[in-house]
Amino acid sequence: MESSGTLAQTAQAIRSGEYSSEEVVRHSLDRIGAFQDRFHAFISWNTERAIAAARAVDAARARRAELGPLAGVPIALKDNMCTTFGATTCGSRMLESYQSPYAAHVVERLEGAGAIIVGKTNLDEFAMGSSTENSAFFATLNPWDRERVAGGSSGGSACAVACGLVPGALGSDTGGSIRLPASFCGVVGFKPTYGRVSRYGLVAFGSSLDQIGPITRDARDAALLMGIMAGHDERDSTSVNQPVPDYLAAIEKPLKGLRVGVGEEYFGAGLDDDVRQAVEAAIRVLESQGAVRVPIHTPHLKYAVACYYIIATAEASSNLARFDGVHYGRRTARPRDIVDLYESSRGEGFGAEVARRIMLGTYALSSGYYDAYYLKALKVRTLIKRDFDAAFERADVIVSPVAPTTAFRLGEKAADPLAMYLADIYTVSANLAGICAVSIPGGVDSRGLPVGVQLMGPALGESTVLAAAHQFQKITDHHERRPLVESVV
Amino acid sequence: MSQSLDQATVEHVARLARLRLGGDQLEMFRRQLSSILSYMEQLNEPDTADVPPTAHPLPLSNVFREDEIRASWEPQEAMRNAPSHQDDFFKVPKVLDQEAP
Repeated sequence: MESSGTLAQTAQAIRSGEYSSEEVVRHSLDRIGAFQDRFHAFISWNTERAIAAARAVDAARARRAELGPLAGVPIALKDNMCTTFGATTCGSRMLESYQSPYAAHVVERLEGAGAIIVGKTNLDEFAMGSSTENSAFFATLNPWDRERVAGGSSGGSACAVACGLVPGALGSDTGGSIRLPASFCGVVGFKPTYGRVSRYGLVAFGSSLDQIGPITRDARDAALLMGIMAGHDERDSTSVNQPVPDYLAAIEKPLKGLRVGVGEEYFGAGLDDDVRQAVEAAIRVLESQGAVRVPIHTPHLKYAVACYYIIATAEASSNLARFDGVHYGRRTARPRDIVDLYESSRGEGFGAEVARRIMLGTYALSSGYYDAYYLKALKVRTLIKRDFDAAFERADVIVSPVAPTTAFRLGEKAADPLAMYLADIYTVSANLAGICAVSIPGGVDSRGLPVGVQLMGPALGESTVLAAAHQFQKITDHHERRPLVESVV
Repeated sequence: MSQSLDQATVEHVARLARLRLGGDQLEMFRRQLSSILSYMEQLNEPDTADVPPTAHPLPLSNVFREDEIRASWEPQEAMRNAPSHQDDFFKVPKVLDQEAP
């Protein structure tokens, strides 16, 4: 069976009877099992439940019942999205055996469309990291070079799609956590506009930044998943209450006259030559399709990492206060008293990066430092947002690198948290401004590692960004290049 | 902004965050957080005197709904992940030093 099909192709193969859903799901589960020791893409999978669901789809098809757009298609979730089956670990000892009493909004939407959730993928603990090395269980390895990271924090989802374990997966993106691993693994990763997809059932990290999005083989599949997941949900008070466009129709719009913004701030010091060239080449492809290059200026981009890591850690320190060893999650074995119960449970349950961010955020919010750090960062956030507002007056999309480099080596940045944070330099600004952005494959570097190209659009500019990505992919084949993973099984 | 943290400040922040850290971890965090905060100093460069803060990217104010009774979890459902509970109560070590009279 093909392991490189898209979601749309897989759905069609099942609908037409070429394969049964049970065959497709068993194939996916077999591959997940076979690849696990080599890449550690998954934290858990649910063979019995998935096969039962696949049989139900096959039975529905046999009696000619109406099938959803993803009927019988296997899909994976990052393990920070709540499911009522299996555990929802967030890659943390704190939640190792947590069984959610409710399902995330996206789980309801995917299953409502007939998709079959086969498993839950590895991530940096609580989605905090850029390499998936911060998982409490294991690091996810890069499908193109096992000595390199998959990127993070949705590294498991990106690795799973790149290896053809599932045709699509969900990630979450607080500062680049969908786009960076998509870039490092050579797949498509889309961060929707803040509020476009409900966060209900997504374990919170930075609540004004978090957003769920698709990781897929191509931009068309991203549009397909967005059509299923986007829309208002009253259980998330920040959910956008606006009609959802027909993304699959919208992406067919030709690029003639599209204004492509290019800003020198996105091509600064520290950017690999190979990455720069891939992004330049992508811009030329868009121009060849009738797009027009326009200069933009985003002078405050250089403050984005500092701004982001104050705001994100401040929000994280507040969100993670709920892990108290009382209501759910890990509790220390023999607490002396209630304060020791809190301190020891949290000290034992959180890994180093999560503890570091809680410390940083607590400091930034603490008495005497709130104005100097947190309030200041919120003001700089306004400046970054204004930069984008002005840029999108001139441009319909902005093209940039996703990251300054391709996938780095395992352990390379593990001892230097600031160096790790700087991997997010080109992605965090989209979260600070709440806009949408996609990472698409743009070729490989001199070592054969994938290079990601980022296309950013204004708030609710999903149709424009995905159209640009889809039209680009219609005349290029970077997204069809697959790692040679079969040889390592 | 002060960028070099001392040991006492790190211990204070760990206490505020209710995090038990080992001695070597405290020293590692002191060093790393100092370096990260030095990097954050650049936030002082842009003039923000007349700039309002953005806490949230969407122009949303409070979102209200009707105050109506809705179905919720049974207590045993809410208790399912509790490390320790008794009947419908979360169980913790005693909070006061002395037994209540």
